[in-house]
Amino acid sequence: MNTVYILWLRQLKKYIRSTPRIIGSLGQPLLFLLVFGFGFGSIFQKAGEGSYIQFLVPGIVAMAVVFTAIFGGIELIWDRQFGFLKETMVAPVSRFNIMLGRTIGGATVSVIQGIAVLLISFLVGFKMSHPLMIFPAIVFMFLTAFFFTALGTSIASQLTDMQAFPIIMNFLVMPLFFLSGSIFPLDAAPAALRFLSKIDPLSYGIDGLRYVFEGISNLNPWIDVLVLFAFSLVVFLIGRFLFEKMEA
Amino acid sequence: MPIIEVKNLTKKFDDFVAVDNISFSVEKGEIFAFLGPNGAGKTTTIKMLTTLLEPTEGEVKINNFDLKKERDDVRRSFGIVFQDPSLDDDLTAYENMNFHGVLYGESKANRVKRIEELMKLVDLWDRRDDYVKNFSGGMKRRLEIARSLIHTPKIIFLDEPTVGLDPQTRNHIWSYVVDLSKKEGVTVFLTTHYMEEAEKMADKVVIIDHGKIISSGTPEQLKKNSGVSSLEEAFLKLTGNAIRSDEAGSMDSLRTHAKMWGRRR
Repeated sequence: MNTVYILWLRQLKKYIRSTPRIIGSLGQPLLFLLVFGFGFGSIFQKAGEGSYIQFLVPGIVAMAVVFTAIFGGIELIWDRQFGFLKETMVAPVSRFNIMLGRTIGGATVSVIQGIAVLLISFLVGFKMSHPLMIFPAIVFMFLTAFFFTALGTSIASQLTDMQAFPIIMNFLVMPLFFLSGSIFPLDAAPAALRFLSKIDPLSYGIDGLRYVFEGISNLNPWIDVLVLFAFSLVVFLIGRFLFEKMEA
Repeated sequence: MPIIEVKNLTKKFDDFVAVDNISFSVEKGEIFAFLGPNGAGKTTTIKMLTTLLEPTEGEVKINNFDLKKERDDVRRSFGIVFQDPSLDDDLTAYENMNFHGVLYGESKANRVKRIEELMKLVDLWDRRDDYVKNFSGGMKRRLEIARSLIHTPKIIFLDEPTVGLDPQTRNHIWSYVVDLSKKEGVTVFLTTHYMEEAEKMADKVVIIDHGKIISSGTPEQLKKNSGVSSLEEAFLKLTGNAIRSDEAGSMDSLRTHAKMWGRRR
């Protein structure tokens, strides 16, 4: 357990010490929040869907979480190339614990990032149904973050350098983000899109967040938790398998 | 009873045989030099001995533990200083040391004591709260040597620990190593390209080329067998004068990339 803790602590320290990274990864969600929020707000309202900011914020919070999480997973490549990974791989510690510590660490950092975006969104008029709902929100953020950190780690274990990073962002993370119903409702979308959104784990994270923030959701929030948990478990186990096979 | 025993060790990467059926043993307390030109199979061998790479064939016993079956016991038995740096630049020197201590399951009291002792030994105690990214190459190396000893290993692997360092730092590092090996009774397994270092330090030398052991013995025996006056001459005589290709490639390109990204990690 100590090893999981020290790996977690390392991720957290590195995050807190890297101000450019904190600011940099807040930039994109804020840009989306402002540009989409104010750009589409009136159209959204005219279409009879209510306040767009209320709709958008859960998606943008999730965006901050997801992007930080996937990057946290991909960081494995850096650790490998700059040698630090070897230090952990020759230690008498199970690969399972290394993977677990890294994933929980990356997920924690992502949740902090998500909360930061949430706080900022209050400034542009976002309202939560109840302040205490922050706790279930953290649960949804954490599950989403855990999934994407584990996914990032799994991918990183198979890569030798960062060349593939833009491919992952453009062909995996962005589609998952758009298909999740994060920035527009998918109720009236073509069947194919709706199907894709159903197999997108992020849909369940955002649906859950919408429920805890505003009491509106497509599914029972417990189903969201369950589906997210199942996705996380599966990708974690795949990641663990790949991690064991990986050569430092 | 040798502390490292290697029998018929082989590593194949697809069709390429990096290490070809080598056998040797290292006695307890010995300073053992494993020499060879670039690409001879030194690092591959060390990676196998330190559980980072699965051998294709062969049997290895480290500190009497079987490399395949008793991995964690093997891992506890050695400390290693890698060819490339393996410190976390964003942590302080002390945090790097503590991280290692926790990973190796040392108690808090033991960690505090060992870390102070070792950091004083390599003259870094005053810099303990500095970030490693502000350290020079020589300081990083010293820190890595100290770190590899926190869990009081029986063996320490040093893979080209003095590469890229000035003569002053190199001398310092070797005097630390000799000091440590005497003080802690550690067996030292080292590789280096500086033949005069190996000649001065090593009790036993093994020369490997193209994945095969081509000669072994004390530096004296090797010189005598080749009929030359220095280990460097003996080495050149045994391995030839042709220049070997170095392994670069993806590592270099990634370093460039990391620079472009401003090393956000």
